[in-house]
Amino acid sequence: MSKGNDDNNKPITAKKFMKELHRYQKGSVTRRHFLGVTGLGAAMAIMGTAVPSLWSGRANAFGDLGDRLVFSTWPNYHNQTNLDEFTEMTGVNIQVNAFGSNEEMLAKLQAGGTGWDVFVPTNYTISNYVELDLIQELDLSRLPNYDAAANNPKFAGPATVNGKVYCVPKNWGTTGFVVNTKKIKSGPRSWKDFFDVTMGKGSGHTIVHDYQLTTIGGALCALGYSFNSVDAKELAEAEALLIKSKPHLFAITSDYQPGMRSGDAWMSICWNGDGTQLNNDLPEMAYVIATDGGEIWTDFYAIPKDAPHLDAAYAFINFMQDPYVQAREAAVHGYAPADSRAIALQPDSLGNDPILHPAANLMNGLEFGAAVTLTDPIRAEVMARFKSA
Amino acid sequence: MREDGKTNFWLTAALLAPTSMWFLFMLILPLIVILVFSFGERAAVGGYAAGFTLEQYANLPSRLKAFQNTMVIAPVGTLLSLLVAYPLAYYLALRVNRRYKLILLVLVIVPFWTSLLVRTYAWIFILGGRGIPTLLEFIGIEGVRLINTPGAVLVGIVYGYLPLMVFPIFVSLEKLDKTLLEASSDLGGSPLKTFMQITLPLSTPGIATGCMLVFILLMGEFLIPAFLGGGKVFFIGNALVDLFLQSRNWPFGAAVSVTLVVIMLITVTLYMRLIMRGKTGRDESLM
Repeated sequence: MSKGNDDNNKPITAKKFMKELHRYQKGSVTRRHFLGVTGLGAAMAIMGTAVPSLWSGRANAFGDLGDRLVFSTWPNYHNQTNLDEFTEMTGVNIQVNAFGSNEEMLAKLQAGGTGWDVFVPTNYTISNYVELDLIQELDLSRLPNYDAAANNPKFAGPATVNGKVYCVPKNWGTTGFVVNTKKIKSGPRSWKDFFDVTMGKGSGHTIVHDYQLTTIGGALCALGYSFNSVDAKELAEAEALLIKSKPHLFAITSDYQPGMRSGDAWMSICWNGDGTQLNNDLPEMAYVIATDGGEIWTDFYAIPKDAPHLDAAYAFINFMQDPYVQAREAAVHGYAPADSRAIALQPDSLGNDPILHPAANLMNGLEFGAAVTLTDPIRAEVMARFKSA
Repeated sequence: MREDGKTNFWLTAALLAPTSMWFLFMLILPLIVILVFSFGERAAVGGYAAGFTLEQYANLPSRLKAFQNTMVIAPVGTLLSLLVAYPLAYYLALRVNRRYKLILLVLVIVPFWTSLLVRTYAWIFILGGRGIPTLLEFIGIEGVRLINTPGAVLVGIVYGYLPLMVFPIFVSLEKLDKTLLEASSDLGGSPLKTFMQITLPLSTPGIATGCMLVFILLMGEFLIPAFLGGGKVFFIGNALVDLFLQSRNWPFGAAVSVTLVVIMLITVTLYMRLIMRGKTGRDESLM
């Protein structure tokens, strides 16, 4: 890909990129200069097939994509600037639905008639969706911005089922917990500590997710079992632990940032990017990868089988695969891209961030969610009973 | 005459058709589906699999706590709404200057212009640690926790359902014949006695309607407990959302729904009987 500056064919460095980005944000340089000097104008041109479309408001170059895209994703997971820019370029308004669990997404898709065009499933659900015939095989020729070679196969792997690609990576991350170190000074390191503190000094101030995978998984790890266990006896023990801790919980919710920010909650099961978001605003928030296990995951962009706005869906996923757009996403939500092109665009402070890119030894104990946990009836009922207990 | 009768019959039938269709397709048929589902089994990946078993009904005790919460908080919430709404309705109907009446009534409706979801979300911040508890700390009361308690859920309920209670009571008080109040005081009745013997009895139809509206809706409420109870104050509505949207156990969800409908029918029937009995006696003496 040639860069916008003819006299300089070298790719821009991350540092220079951020400098230019700041200049542009401050209004020191024009958008045209910024896109040119960073090479993004060219990047976008490929996506949009014609540069002028970027400045003409509504683009004809995208063809008629319709005026609407229904997008189901997770809370605190996007940079609004990106979504706005897509709307500005294509005339497609994005209707965002935020979910609390993959099970909730599956339930909606199973019931049918969702009207979704793009959604963001997690690694362990993909094979289930394929089996249930709920998602489409992707036509990668319509996603020129997606570069399979640039994506770490460790994270991109689950996208391929039976040799067919059903989705493209969005971000990857870990599930641990976040601690308000001003309130809890004992420095919990493991899921066992997590539940001990919950039922001890931190009583009344812990949040667990409204999500079977992470909440039951955390309890299982605390008991020394696998995060993914579907063993009836082990799950019964996990249920007992959860029900015992329930009177000591502040809340059961996947929307845990408000509780942590207000100081009502001192500890919460947490995805690492949310840990970064909290830590950025409140330095006393510490994200912990538990020593006794936890989850490592990848989220993907996928298209449901009956997506009503297919063209817009492809255009949107393609837009979101642009390395610059990915980097701009990560700057806001704090989750690491699986795409090395996007990582190269991130400022060093993010590229080396221990929460985004934890040291390999910390991740040794982490497990990818197992497909069976999504549909396992015992896990589902354990969670439901815990909540209504 | 016969011709007329026939025309009338067809006209009536035509006019009733849309409503009948609506009830058939939107109420009767779905209820039948739920009833059938409640005897089925959970499919391997979730959802419904045909079958005939009473297993789902046998599993109902596992949701006992949710039923208990609902059966306690719904009546308490209704009563609290009544206690808050009555003085407001009374003021609006009998005390306020005519000129401001309309404006004040509109103000009661204005919150409906925003989704209940958004308004309830706002309460998370008002009741959360940086809201009222921080204000209380300024006057020396520390360690108060409001959010994610039954109390917070009750606040949300009273806030959200107030207009539904205010309007029926307002209407019944508005219709009240003011000369009766004058007669009472002419005959030496104290204000309290006048209120207890004239105003309150005459406004019972409004109270009855308001309570019914609020109570029935509360029995199915899930949003307020989910937001202000933090998933810890769990209503039967929350159990239903869970069963359909998380654990995807449709047959069990259907069984819980059927049980809820039966409980509601019994409660509402008893309630109507009680109201009717009280009302007929008075209607005869007053009308």
